[in-house]
Amino acid sequence: MSESFVVGIGGAAGQGVATPGDIFAKIFSRRGLHLNAYNAYQSIIRGGHTFLTIRTGPQKISNTGDHLDLLIPLNQDTMDRHLRLLTAGGACLYNADLIQPGTPAEGVQLCPMPVSKMADITRNKVGQNTLAIGAAVNMMGIGFSVLEGVLAEQFRKKDKAVIDENIHLARTGYEYASKNFQALAWPLPMTDARYAVLSGNIAMAMGGAAAGVKFYSAYPMSPATGVLHWMASHARQAEIMVRQVEDEIGVVTMAIGAAHAGVRAMCATSGGGFALMSEGMGLSAQAEIPIVVIDCQRAGPSTGVPTKTEQGDLWQMLGAGFGDYPKVIAAPLDIADCFKLIPEMFNLTDRFQCPGIVLCDLLLSEGRLSVDPKELDFNPVIDRGEMITSNGTGDHEPYKRYKITESGVSPRAIPGLPGYTHVVSSDEHDEDGVLISDEYTNAGKRRAMMEKRMRKMDGIAASVPPPKLHGPADADVTLIGWGSTHGVIHEACELLREAGISANHLAIRWLVPLHGDAILDLLRGARHTIIVENNFSGQFARYLRSETSFVPDGNIRKYDGEPFAPHHIVEAVKEQLAGKTKLSVPAHEIMV
Amino acid sequence: MATETVVAPKAITMADYKGRVDPDWCPGCGDFGVLAAVQKALVELQIPKHEVATISGIGCSSNFPGFIETYGMHTLHGRSLPVATGMKLANHAMTVLVTGGDGDGFGIGCNHFVHTIRRNVDLTYIVMDNQIYGLTTGQTSPTSRIGMKTKSMPYGNIETPLSPVALALAAGATFVARGFSGDQKHLTELIKLGIEHKGFSFIDVFSPCVTYNHDNTFQWFRPRVKKLEDNPEYDSTDWAMAMEKSVIWGEEIPIGKFFERTDLPTLHGAEPVLNSGPLVHQNNRIPAEIAQGFVQELM
Ligand SMILES: Cc1ncc(C[n+]2csc(CCOP(=O)(O)OP(=O)(O)O)c2C)c(N)n1
Ligand code: SF4
Ligand SMILES: [Mg+2]
Repeated sequence: MSESFVVGIGGAAGQGVATPGDIFAKIFSRRGLHLNAYNAYQSIIRGGHTFLTIRTGPQKISNTGDHLDLLIPLNQDTMDRHLRLLTAGGACLYNADLIQPGTPAEGVQLCPMPVSKMADITRNKVGQNTLAIGAAVNMMGIGFSVLEGVLAEQFRKKDKAVIDENIHLARTGYEYASKNFQALAWPLPMTDARYAVLSGNIAMAMGGAAAGVKFYSAYPMSPATGVLHWMASHARQAEIMVRQVEDEIGVVTMAIGAAHAGVRAMCATSGGGFALMSEGMGLSAQAEIPIVVIDCQRAGPSTGVPTKTEQGDLWQMLGAGFGDYPKVIAAPLDIADCFKLIPEMFNLTDRFQCPGIVLCDLLLSEGRLSVDPKELDFNPVIDRGEMITSNGTGDHEPYKRYKITESGVSPRAIPGLPGYTHVVSSDEHDEDGVLISDEYTNAGKRRAMMEKRMRKMDGIAASVPPPKLHGPADADVTLIGWGSTHGVIHEACELLREAGISANHLAIRWLVPLHGDAILDLLRGARHTIIVENNFSGQFARYLRSETSFVPDGNIRKYDGEPFAPHHIVEAVKEQLAGKTKLSVPAHEIMV
Repeated sequence: MATETVVAPKAITMADYKGRVDPDWCPGCGDFGVLAAVQKALVELQIPKHEVATISGIGCSSNFPGFIETYGMHTLHGRSLPVATGMKLANHAMTVLVTGGDGDGFGIGCNHFVHTIRRNVDLTYIVMDNQIYGLTTGQTSPTSRIGMKTKSMPYGNIETPLSPVALALAAGATFVARGFSGDQKHLTELIKLGIEHKGFSFIDVFSPCVTYNHDNTFQWFRPRVKKLEDNPEYDSTDWAMAMEKSVIWGEEIPIGKFFERTDLPTLHGAEPVLNSGPLVHQNNRIPAEIAQGFVQELM
């Protein structure tokens, strides 16, 4: 990875970690810098420990990295836990009235601020934060006017007195730093680029709007709630019907009702809510009504760790509901992809009249990334598939909703048209929608219907590209990942290369259908293969084996709730290449 | 000069609403009477069949959509109401009927029942209440009476049945009625009133299961049901009076329109997103300047 700069801010929930985070994010993106941010927190509103990491730099930032360049601890706890992440050239800015410094690594500058002597902040609970921001901006070599503008914007809904007070505090910190602290070694450059900064949840919600979603239903559940919040606050402008429903069973079935009426319908949840939706997934497939469901994975099972990340829902998605039915499952590779994938998924589900699952996770859902606004295309291809939306001259053959066709797709008449009344059904039915499951059971018809529906999988597979190998073809090691690990594996490959180990990367985006043969072709020549995933049992490794019989040389897994850092993967690869183990489970060094 | 002939639209008849297959209900099942009453109500209201959606869950009674020619949907056990809500919100020009059983609506689907009422979704919900699980061959339902012996409670039910009418009233329903499959004329009138009501209309119908419920039969109901309409003192705008009548069960069981209020908005009426017409006919592209605004918020 080219040059980057990492800021960490931590404190108890309620101490105001988010605002400095937003301010830094704005300052960086205004300078035309990329950024990637991740907030580690717990499921409490006050107390606990929250730690926000923002990494910035002139090139795309694929993950939040391994170390810090600037630490702003808002309490003692943060100082104690995170000081060791600072490396030579870094600095720690803290309120010397409240916080005892620890012993930093060599070359790290301790920057104590005598806050009570600098300003009267008895009435301003987060005054110390603003002082620290001012000081930090000075040390980064950024002019004060930039910060002044961002502060005015950040507090625009507050009284002028509040804005003035914050600007005053920031200036005090700024000036104090210029007299007392050393500037940081790598001043942040400027570029002409301008990026949008967004979470994966916002990206998926906007991707839905771009795809023409007209109906969105949800029941709150971390880490998916952000999709609901964006949808609800933009519903009127985007003309999207947004409903909060009594439970996830109602969520998915309401979406199916809306989809049957002819609109694109979407919903999002996490593993527990998805479990309630699984019967609905079968209804979507059996009645042939397309919907898109987003699952934002969090650490399970059961209520699990609601604010921590994991890739532990893959088998729930693969096995959702009972019986065999056609479906599509894809995992976005990064936050920009969260946006892009939604219209692609809708085009498939509409064309093949089946459910689609977007398998995201907390790392992407709640992480933030700078994205080129050009990548947020609100004019994507919209392909609604074979739909009958007008009754033309009124002359047509008797309509059969489930007409048996070669592709398995039967044209879908939208309710309300004269001449096309029909029944759609969760019970097995014949071409006409008449139930065959009770009195009229007919093995031949059942078989024909099963085969008709399952034929759609061939069409879907032909519409989805096989994955590609990134990096040198004859690498020493091939790292295989799926979904959100894309960014960190990408950086791990670079670090390995710098350490003299050539590495390439196979990133899986489309999980169902899986291009097993193409994957085998790519892996056949690989020297040493390792599957990297954020779960205990190697869910993807087991899936790949079940589909292809492929067994990797080793696995790297993590299931402590925190995402991988690049060095976790690098060290694990080294130990595996040295023959020390076939399964590495890197320890998360910091308690967050 | 050519004279223009105005062709009167063909009147809608019972034949229009005849389903593709004949019902597979047991001979004598109460649900036949409900089907006929719904068909009659639609004919009397002269609603074209393509403007009607009939949505059900799972059960004997829930096979209903297959036996009437409309846009039918046979969904999941207990889930007809959220599906119907989605359908109505996406195309509020449709007349949406929801049909099902007591197990479907008050057992597995009770959560949706309460919340759909609360939202005043403009649906007509007709429950064929036979106080039993028919399709699964005779188990206790949430409306089975205490002491009733079924396959799942062979020594007699010990759980208090709920009153669907009282529950609907308590949840804030804007139209609540009870009918009897054995009195088709009366039932047809109730269904017509329900369809015409703007908002959620709930009609609990005694629809005897002749195969599995030997307690609450046609013969049992017939002498007991008393029409509220025959009581000149009864005022169906009086919620407290309706509540009082809703729990009467014994020698006399009231049927008829218990309650109606017309002052509350429907869900689709209260949602400004639908001001420009049914969702399904709206443009699905976000106008460029609005999309630009969405991105600008993030810069
Ligand atoms: C999730 C689920 N659980 C159980 C069933 C089995 N089941 C089908 S119908 C039914 C009960 C039907 O009773 P009711 O709704 O009163 O309808 P009736 O047959 O009496 O008309 C049950 C339990 C099912 N289809 N789905
Ligand atoms: S079992 Fe009962 S409810 Fe079902 S069709 Fe027969 S009589 Fe009707
Ligand atoms: Mg029943």
